Amino acid sequence: MSRVLLINFLRFISLIFLQVFLLKNITLYNLSTPYLYIMFILLLPFETPNVLLFALSFLMGIIIDAFYDTPGLHAASCVLLAFVRILFISITVQKEGFDNEPEPTLSVMGTRWFFTYALILTLAHHFFLFNLEVFRLSEIPFTLSRFVLSSIFTVFLMLLTGFLFYRKRER
Amino acid sequence: MRNLLIFINKYNAFFLFIIFEISSLVIYIKFNSFQKASFINSTNKVTGTLYAQVNELYSYLSLREVNDSLAKENARLRGQLKSSFYIDSVNKKQVKDTIYKQQYTYIEAKVINNSTNRSNNYITINRGSLQGVGKGMGVICSSGIVGKVVFVGPHMSIVQSLLHKDSRFSAMLSKNKEIGYIEWSDDLDPHKGYLKDVSNNAQPHVGEEVVTSEFSLFPAGIPIGKVSNLRTKTGGFALNMEVKLAVDYGKLQYVDVVVNKFAEEQAGLEAQQKKDE
Repeated sequence: MSRVLLINFLRFISLIFLQVFLLKNITLYNLSTPYLYIMFILLLPFETPNVLLFALSFLMGIIIDAFYDTPGLHAASCVLLAFVRILFISITVQKEGFDNEPEPTLSVMGTRWFFTYALILTLAHHFFLFNLEVFRLSEIPFTLSRFVLSSIFTVFLMLLTGFLFYRKRER
Repeated sequence: MRNLLIFINKYNAFFLFIIFEISSLVIYIKFNSFQKASFINSTNKVTGTLYAQVNELYSYLSLREVNDSLAKENARLRGQLKSSFYIDSVNKKQVKDTIYKQQYTYIEAKVINNSTNRSNNYITINRGSLQGVGKGMGVICSSGIVGKVVFVGPHMSIVQSLLHKDSRFSAMLSKNKEIGYIEWSDDLDPHKGYLKDVSNNAQPHVGEEVVTSEFSLFPAGIPIGKVSNLRTKTGGFALNMEVKLAVDYGKLQYVDVVVNKFAEEQAGLEAQQKKDE
């Protein structure tokens, strides 16, 4: 239990630092910006109670907002992301499987499941984020292209991180 | 009552979602104008010091560019020294300068946080109200204009850069002094802006310099960029043109905050006039 806490705490801190000091400065052709920090919410254990999940997502969003000078924007997107996460997991994972599969990581759940999971959640988060940031219908084509290209970038980084920390199943 | 509790418990995810989403949207809508922004921004103690620390490291990486720009500015300023002019008429009298009194003073500042890749970009600088920075002051750098101070903390301030959807500064063509205003381009290109609402009888040509006008919060004649394309969307009675911005906003290191001695007086008079009407 304490190990899970420690791992998630380290993940929380390191993802914030990575996002704020490195990825914030990366943009490809003014279009594609990665938001890898949402990986923290994706990788929380299955058994996290809903209250805690929402509270942590909100906290993560607010901290990122403080660094990006956009109060509330990332928080709103992260809360939506947490909700989509609950829906997705309740549809795809059986409750009985929780004992041997504690965390939805790439190494535990397999590449196919993790890819779908990461893709759908990232799309939901980025769509909400970019449209809330611009909040103007006249720039829809530009916003949508930013949304799609950024999502591809983020998912790519997620898979990369997933394989980087790949651990063989201990069964 | 019991059934209601069971119902809420069964769909707790949905209700929690509603609660958290509404609270974050309230924060977004209420605090997003900088007048009310309380502590969730980059001037607060934690984020500010962290940015300052990391910036220490970054600034080493761009020492070469900073040196170049400083050397260039030195050369330009040396050209304006009295000693670099010669007197071409013998009977020129020395005039004691009582007419020119200083209107603008400058506070130098270091950029500790910067962005160019979002639709609303802000810059954090390491000078605040204790050093004399006030809200609404202009910010320039050695190669051109940067933006406007929108939020002042005791030791740091936030500048709304020209790369912001709401940024709009009065500008003019340097040759024929035709007034217009400068805006950032729609496609988030940090090197491109639009000069708009220039009267139709101005005859601009590509490569002409665009500078700040006398009506802006900057001293007149600070460079903004060069006209790069004339065939942009015409606005009917006025000319619009594309401008290549002079400042590379991605590489900003040192900026100057412009303190206008008469800004308060002017604002007070204009407010008075508005009231009288």
